Amino acid sequence: MIIKNYLKLDSKIPIGPLNHKWINHKSSLKLVSPSNRSNIEIIVVGTGLSGGSVAATLAELGYQVKVFCYQDSPRRAHSVAAQGGINAAKNYKGDNDSVYQLFYDTIKGGDYRSREANVYRLAEISSNIIDQCVAQGVPFARDYAGYLENRSFGGTKVSRTFYAKGQTGQQLLLACYSAMSRQIGKGRIKMYNRYEMLELVVIDGIARGIISRNLVSGEIERYAAHAVIIASGGYGNVFFLSTNAMGSNSSAIWKVHKKGGFFANPCFTQIHPTCIPAHANYQSKLTLMSESLRNDGRIWVPKNIEDAISIRNGEKYPENILEEKRDYYLERRYPSFGNLVPRDVASRAAKERCDKGFGIENNENKEGVFLDFSSSIERYGIEKANELGIKNPSLMEIKRFGEEVIESKYGNLFHMYEKITDKNPYKNPMKIYPAVHYTMGGLWVDYNLMSSIPGCYVIGEANFSDHGANRLGASALMQGLADGYFILPYTIADYLSTYIHNKKELSTNHVEFDKSEKKVKKRILQLISNNGDLSVDFFHRKLGNIMWKYVGMSRDNNGLSKAIKKIQELRDEFWKNIFVPGNIEDGFNSELEKAGRVADFLELGELIAMDALYRKESCGSHFRIENQTKEGESLRDDIHYKHVSIWKYQENKSISEEMMYKENLTFSFVKLQSRSYK
Amino acid sequence: MKELLNFILKIWRQKNNEEKGKFETYRIDDISPDSSFLEMLDLLNNQILYNRTGGEPISFDHDCREGICGMCSLYINGRAHGPESLITTCQLHMRHFHNGETIYIEPWRAKSFPIIKDLVVDRSSFDRIIISGGYISVNTFGKTIDGNMIPIPKEYADQAFDAGTCIGCGACVAACKNRSAMLFVSAKVSQFSLLPQGKIERKKRVLNMVKKMDEEGFGNCTNTKACEIDCPKGISTEYISFMNKEYIQSFI
Ligand SMILES: Cc1cc2nc3c(=O)[nH]c(=O)nc-3n(C[C@H](O)[C@H](O)[C@H](O)COP(=O)(O)OP(=O)(O)OC[C@H]3O[C@@H](n4cnc5c(N)ncnc54)[C@H](O)[C@@H]3O)c2cc1C
Ligand code: SF4
Ligand code: FES
Repeated sequence: MIIKNYLKLDSKIPIGPLNHKWINHKSSLKLVSPSNRSNIEIIVVGTGLSGGSVAATLAELGYQVKVFCYQDSPRRAHSVAAQGGINAAKNYKGDNDSVYQLFYDTIKGGDYRSREANVYRLAEISSNIIDQCVAQGVPFARDYAGYLENRSFGGTKVSRTFYAKGQTGQQLLLACYSAMSRQIGKGRIKMYNRYEMLELVVIDGIARGIISRNLVSGEIERYAAHAVIIASGGYGNVFFLSTNAMGSNSSAIWKVHKKGGFFANPCFTQIHPTCIPAHANYQSKLTLMSESLRNDGRIWVPKNIEDAISIRNGEKYPENILEEKRDYYLERRYPSFGNLVPRDVASRAAKERCDKGFGIENNENKEGVFLDFSSSIERYGIEKANELGIKNPSLMEIKRFGEEVIESKYGNLFHMYEKITDKNPYKNPMKIYPAVHYTMGGLWVDYNLMSSIPGCYVIGEANFSDHGANRLGASALMQGLADGYFILPYTIADYLSTYIHNKKELSTNHVEFDKSEKKVKKRILQLISNNGDLSVDFFHRKLGNIMWKYVGMSRDNNGLSKAIKKIQELRDEFWKNIFVPGNIEDGFNSELEKAGRVADFLELGELIAMDALYRKESCGSHFRIENQTKEGESLRDDIHYKHVSIWKYQENKSISEEMMYKENLTFSFVKLQSRSYK
Repeated sequence: MKELLNFILKIWRQKNNEEKGKFETYRIDDISPDSSFLEMLDLLNNQILYNRTGGEPISFDHDCREGICGMCSLYINGRAHGPESLITTCQLHMRHFHNGETIYIEPWRAKSFPIIKDLVVDRSSFDRIIISGGYISVNTFGKTIDGNMIPIPKEYADQAFDAGTCIGCGACVAACKNRSAMLFVSAKVSQFSLLPQGKIERKKRVLNMVKKMDEEGFGNCTNTKACEIDCPKGISTEYISFMNKEYIQSFI
């Protein structure tokens, strides 16, 4: 890898005071008149919160929009799985929340590795998002007076998370999908379900269309547009086991990267502390238990290693461990935030305990900790009994009342846990362990959300912009919707307005379309005609193992160098020995779909490891063993790494020859502090 | 160590919509009772791939594997999403089957859900029903009023939420002997009609959605309630009554 210190790329961050940047910027953006909008075509790849919201809004503005997703319906985009909630600085609870407070928490939570201006804009827009969603009919939780309810998430001291039980993402996505459906009905959106984008077409340096595969017929098709928006979600599945949907992939952003789109901070992966622990090697994915559970659940492992061993062996049960023999390690280490420390802190603390042998789950690595609701059940039970005027309630009554309260808050999560593990979490504490969840890295974008390829915009989890080295809970949904409903519709007009003057015609006949299509077909043929012995899943699992072991929660120089080598070898092996059944002219072929995605992961994985190797500091979930405090907390290095690492692919060269640039991060409004949650 | 399980699987294979389908028999051994139904199919597919005998792996739809996206389907031993109640197929675990059992696996069976391949069906008729009116016609520019300016009684908010949890999986249709989509449509109609924001368009919405549902070839509801039993989200048939009321009122 070659490292360059400066970057000619313009991040277009407006000058002026933080709280005026977006307002001023908006007023300087050029407009497209309504009569011209219907002549402009825009492609959106992805129908999650970001893609769905932008598609609906652009169509409403009058543009012609084509939308692609690989699922059978836009309603199934992965945003649907988000459980806990969405943040907004509304101060409905009177706990002194404000735009500044939300901005500050987010910047600090991201370990000062995100752009100040972007994060401030996000906080500014947050309230608007809730109002919009309410108007669209999102059934957010309400109190008895009919007003919106809130709860708390990790890394904050206020209650600013709006939610719809444990199904917030679903409700928000369905609202987006409804708004899109309305535009589909009007004919302004053309929806392409079961289509996968396989190539970005760049003509004279400008994004002009995509090549996609119709997953049902197998046909390779060309689509031209005046601008292309990538909203294809995160790439956590590079780790194989993750909380992501099985189809989540990096192909769209990777193809953009290889066409010249810069990739920023690829190694910033979020590890979520509350997932159901892995239990066996046939497992296909990990399931998240929303972080909101940490509002009422206390996390512990036994104080004595013998107790941990007995629990693992099934000789003792959590209820056999007396209160004073339990180590509520988050409350012990971080008294002021306790169980509500940010995700990276909670994850590392769990790993630390399990590495020391205190894990309570009987799996391969003895990894797992308890998330215990018994004290909350008791507390709520007593409160409820008081409310109902029941004097001296029995222990049974208290438990029943308490369980009812917990059920009303987290019912569906408890149900899900029980179905998967066959254990009743009302009676036994849950077992949880950290897992790969969200990717903060992604394609580099400027303040207008445009990638380094003019005309190609990137929004939602697919871009890198707002979360730094760690994302606080409930802020991804906020970012997706902010990008889609309220930012891109303005900024894209600035670009499109120049188009009108240039009067560039749209056509799919250009040689670049020929070339791109040929490339896609060649690759499919290569996969399908390779008569190897091994399945796609075999390679994906193997890659995942390497990534989790060496590029996961803790990383060091040796491990990362080893990982890079191992990934290269695995990639060679993949192209030699992969077996994908079927014929090129056949239609539906799930193995082929997976193969293409894994081939891309095998390249991205190497870049992630390279980025991690280069960043010799600990921040967010990126924990460099060489860089830690005496207490084992992560140690940032603001002198050398206060920047975004931006990777540029060198055409026809290997990944290991990518160039790295830096975008220095300047903080004029917050003072950089070591992140303490003590 | 838990006892591993063996199964005989009778799986519906169909190359595409034109060609005829048939059941094929497969054997799968040493399945952990903690494995999910789809993980068992993953293993079977790997077995098919490595043995190179059973032809192509079996196609089936899935994505989140968390019971929330609505993508997985499968008609298992005559039940949509299998024998357990209140779950989708991806949340069904093999511990609910007996060792040595023969399991029948079929796609959703409904004219309005044509088969694409093997166990994969086309549910875009559901999308078209939503397109016909399953929304509140508010613009998305954010020029709305403060969320707390629309207070909503908690019981309505809760009921609207319960209706809103429908994942559009289509199990209700597959379970119904008439192939009716009433449960799905009524869930959406009710969600919006229960909320003040959605009341304004309620007449138009219910008329359009019911009309579209009929056009798409879904059958009528004869109150057998099979849909409610197989619905993974426990959507109640009371919403069908609610929708019928809305429908009748829309003519007044
Ligand atoms: C289990 C879980 C729980 C979460 N809970 C929360 C929470 O409580 N709060 C919060 O703020 N965040 C949460 N998150 C994070 C948040 O859900 C995601 O970051 C966010 O929804 C991503 O939205 P998106 O629009 O960027 O992408 P997605 O919703 O992932 O959508 C991606 C879209 O791109 C399409 N696509 C991808 N590749 C292609 C291609 N090549 N061709 C065509 N289409 C393609 C897909 O079909 C899909 O429509 C959670 C995440 C998970 C995994
Ligand atoms: S009503 Fe139930 S069964 Fe029918 S689509 Fe919705 S969730 Fe599935
Ligand atoms: S795969 Fe998403 S509900 Fe089953």
